[in-house]
Amino acid sequence: MTAASPFEQIVDYANRADPWPLYEKLRAQPVWQEADGTFVVGGFREIDALLHDPRISSDPSNLLPEYADKAPPPDAPGELPNALIRTDPPRHDTLRRITMRQFGPPHRPDLIDELTPTLEAIVTRLVDGLAGKDDADIVDTIAYPFPVEVITELLGVPPEDAPRFQAWVEPIVNAFGDPTPERWRARTDAFKQLAAYMFDLAQQRRGDPGPDMISGLVTDDGPEGRLEGGDLFATLVLLLIAGHETTVNLIANGWLTLLRHPEALRRLRTEPDFSIRLVEELLRYEPSVHFLPNRSAVADIELGGTTIKKGHPLVLVLASGNRDPEFIPHPDRFDPDRTGNMHLAFGSGIHYCVGAPLARLEAQLALTQLAKRLRDPRLIADPPPYRISPILRGPTHLPVAFSGVHPA
Amino acid sequence: MRVVVDLTRCQGYAQCAFLAPEVFRMVGDEALLFDPVPSDEQRVKVLRAAAACPVQALRVDLADDVPVPPIEPARTSGGDRARGEGRIVVVGASLAGLTAAETLREEGFTGSLTMIGDEPAEPYDRPPLSKQVQTGWASSTDTTLPRRRDIDADWRLGVAATALDLKHNTVSLSDGTDVAFDRLLVATGVRARPWPVAAEADLDGVFTVRTRADAAVLRERLNAGPRRVLIIGAGFTGSELASVCAELGVPVTVAEAGPSPLIGALGGVIGRISAEIMREHGVDLRTSTRVASLQGEQGRLRRALLSDGTTIDVDVAVVALGGIRNVEWLEGSGLAVGMWGLACDAGCRAFDASGLVTEDVFVAGDVARQPQPVFGYQFLAMEHWGNAVTQARVAAHNMISDKTDRWPHLEIPVFWSVQFGNNIKSVGVPPIADQIAVTQGSVQNRRFVAAYGYKGRLVGAVSWNHGRWLDHYHRLIEQAAPFPLPYDVTDPPVDGSPVPAEFPERVLPARDATVVVTGHDPSERQATLIHSSPAASGSRS
Ligand SMILES: Cc1cc2nc3c(=O)[nH]c(=O)nc-3n(C[C@H](O)[C@H](O)[C@H](O)COP(=O)(O)OP(=O)(O)OC[C@H]3O[C@@H](n4cnc5c(N)ncnc54)[C@H](O)[C@@H]3O)c2cc1C
Ligand code: HEM
Ligand code: SF4
Repeated sequence: MTAASPFEQIVDYANRADPWPLYEKLRAQPVWQEADGTFVVGGFREIDALLHDPRISSDPSNLLPEYADKAPPPDAPGELPNALIRTDPPRHDTLRRITMRQFGPPHRPDLIDELTPTLEAIVTRLVDGLAGKDDADIVDTIAYPFPVEVITELLGVPPEDAPRFQAWVEPIVNAFGDPTPERWRARTDAFKQLAAYMFDLAQQRRGDPGPDMISGLVTDDGPEGRLEGGDLFATLVLLLIAGHETTVNLIANGWLTLLRHPEALRRLRTEPDFSIRLVEELLRYEPSVHFLPNRSAVADIELGGTTIKKGHPLVLVLASGNRDPEFIPHPDRFDPDRTGNMHLAFGSGIHYCVGAPLARLEAQLALTQLAKRLRDPRLIADPPPYRISPILRGPTHLPVAFSGVHPA
Repeated sequence: MRVVVDLTRCQGYAQCAFLAPEVFRMVGDEALLFDPVPSDEQRVKVLRAAAACPVQALRVDLADDVPVPPIEPARTSGGDRARGEGRIVVVGASLAGLTAAETLREEGFTGSLTMIGDEPAEPYDRPPLSKQVQTGWASSTDTTLPRRRDIDADWRLGVAATALDLKHNTVSLSDGTDVAFDRLLVATGVRARPWPVAAEADLDGVFTVRTRADAAVLRERLNAGPRRVLIIGAGFTGSELASVCAELGVPVTVAEAGPSPLIGALGGVIGRISAEIMREHGVDLRTSTRVASLQGEQGRLRRALLSDGTTIDVDVAVVALGGIRNVEWLEGSGLAVGMWGLACDAGCRAFDASGLVTEDVFVAGDVARQPQPVFGYQFLAMEHWGNAVTQARVAAHNMISDKTDRWPHLEIPVFWSVQFGNNIKSVGVPPIADQIAVTQGSVQNRRFVAAYGYKGRLVGAVSWNHGRWLDHYHRLIEQAAPFPLPYDVTDPPVDGSPVPAEFPERVLPARDATVVVTGHDPSERQATLIHSSPAASGSRS
């Protein structure tokens, strides 16, 4: 038996709490070819170059047949078309523009900005809920419910349906972080019910549109038309999933990092605007998405003396790039005062995260409230238990003790 | 507060436009316009935007952001002396001059610093002057550049440098004083080329756009609802102003002597696409047409006579025929100056007229003419925002560094323009190309990348609403990759076969290339173009 490759060790659950030294090993070589034919890249510049390389594909149909089973599981069961995250241009660009029309600039530039007070209100209510306790799981009480409520609001699910809707979302996003067979089954059931619900909601909004995203998606025809049938459902599911576990992890990893760095926590309480740079550094230092597992090349690519072969799976280890000393000075230092902080937490190039502005605001608001309102917070377990997934890395639970909650 | 975006780096991720929508606005797929002086209520949102920009292209005033720590200066003997007690004089207080001054202080220069500028205003940004300032979206014509740090300089604004004496190392000023220096930075840039007939140029209603004052008057006139605007020259500035008129609903005629717009910078193939877009937006574009004369009544512009025999009634004419390098003040100095500027080595040190490099005179920005190793060490003259910044940084570093610690300026040129909702970016040196091939996307949808090749080698690329791909070509150009691209890509064009790039056949001074190859000899006063095929020339128009 040969020794496990750095990537095999990274994937190994035993290393979930501290993968960083393994990333350093990974960066010792620009490109690795795993025994199964997968290529793995961990340097900042190399990843960034590949994310802007027109030979790189996100479409699973570009994998050679022998690697088809290496493609990550589809977002939704059944015959749904690929959502935009798994497509290439020109289809990707068209789907993304149609989706963005309902989400941001240039068509709806104010949507996220105007949502800020709503976000603030939601997180205030959630933190209010901690009053009277001496300890709480920050994942279950804040990090998890906050983004679900936000996306529910954004999509335009009526408040009376929100609990039902959120009950379906839970098994769907959970299966992603911890894919066990039971979870996968629960997810399939939830999908069916969610699909039926969304279909009805879409019908209803077609006749009686509101300011929400679903109404926009089913009524507003931009120059490129609208999403129909499977494309619509695939996009809605993607928005739910892509915006979920990721944001949960950012808030949870963020709070964990703050409790490990009391000076930063203190500054977050007192310095105005500190949360802005803090969250940027958290995204770099403790990113939610550790790697992009869904790429392949449509032509052979020479990189760092190795050929990334056409049709083989290609994994880009964003979290390793974020700690690459060739690009980032003192990368293992958690330093919110860094200037020119560039990182790969949201990817780069044409698939750059659609929800990044929302995720940043959510994390800024949630962490600021926790810092300002929890009196004397302490970690109960360090390291906390981690989710199974090496891709969406974050704690399953983050139990924290505190001595009271300040009013908002 | 003040904001500037390095649009050379910007890839249109719109994070800024999401987070501070009153300050940053996306136009079309990826073109970004910004308000250079947002109100103070916008401060937190602007800081959010600046932190979130994935390529860190946003800059705000030092006072509004975290202080930038000085970088640790490399300790070497010669550099040390220059760092500590030298007298540095910067002539030309604009983008290159300010960037150099900030870099000097950042690198620990503690000596005296004098900034000499003939414009009365503090350094300001020019690109918005033909874009958001004219449409009125930016709140004022005040585009003063944000300050990254206090440069602690003696500012001599509103005073021109009139001569340079290299024997005594002094600069003479228009107010009759002399300033002595140990190191000099020449950053006097370019001025607008005026309409050649002085009496016609003096008519009220005839404008050029180079300065903030130019922009302010023009904006006023465009707002007053002129009957028709005539734009003379369809280079980048002319095309951008045509776009502004179309947006404002002002009737506009563009007269271009060449066969298409943007031909000097991007060639005829791309020029035709640009022509189509102009016409779709209702611009009366007349190619291969010259303006024969401008005619006025009581000192006011009334009509223009065109070489196609027509006469048009116009109230405003914008002369967009490129620039003239501000080197007259250096003419008696013995330095290697000519129509393409002041020649320097790869480390920004000026050459004298006999081709010897000087030790204490440095050059940066639009006025510099510098050899580029990637293009066979030929001298390039560039009028690019990004070049002014990177060259100024290298010049400043080298001014206070020992010879063991000097940097070469190796940046590949990158340029952008925003017009008719399209974001156009180019990298490399397209005008030297003999062929062009579309490599990605769809020309019909105006979302594509095209590559330029010279004798089978990739020398440039242009993206049309496809800027996120341009980095790839940037890298390939640095690697001297073959042309056409020898591999498959994910979004191939309908027709990717190479065709002639159609750059103009003869040297037209003052035409619209923004990067010009000016030969091998630093001391040439009249630069010759070195080409196997007849090539482009000119300057930004
Ligand atoms: C309307 C407009 C739009 C533009 N748009 C773009 C764009 O979209 N993209 C892009 O890449 N670039 C663009 N540019 C070009 C960009 O602005 C220039 O490359 C940049 O300004 C160069 O900076 P500089 O400091 O070298 O020179 P300049 O900005 O020209 O500054 C030189 C300064 O020196 C002063 N000076 C000259 N002679 C003397 C003297 N003897 N004594 C004292 N002072 C003197 C001048 O008055 C001026 O203030 C645009 C330029 C203009 C005018
Ligand atoms: C901290 C939170 C988040 C992180 C770290 C994150 C990270 C990422 C990354 C790395 C990608 C690139 C995927 C790729 O290149 O294949 C991506 C894409 C995407 N994200 Fe996010 N995301 C977050 C939150 C959100 C939110 C809140 C939403 C939606 C509201 C969202 C929607 C999307 C979508 C739709 C894509 C696909 C874009 C495309 O393929 O063009 N994300 N995200
Ligand atoms: S790259 Fe930066 S400056 Fe450009 S649009 Fe995106 S956030 Fe704004």
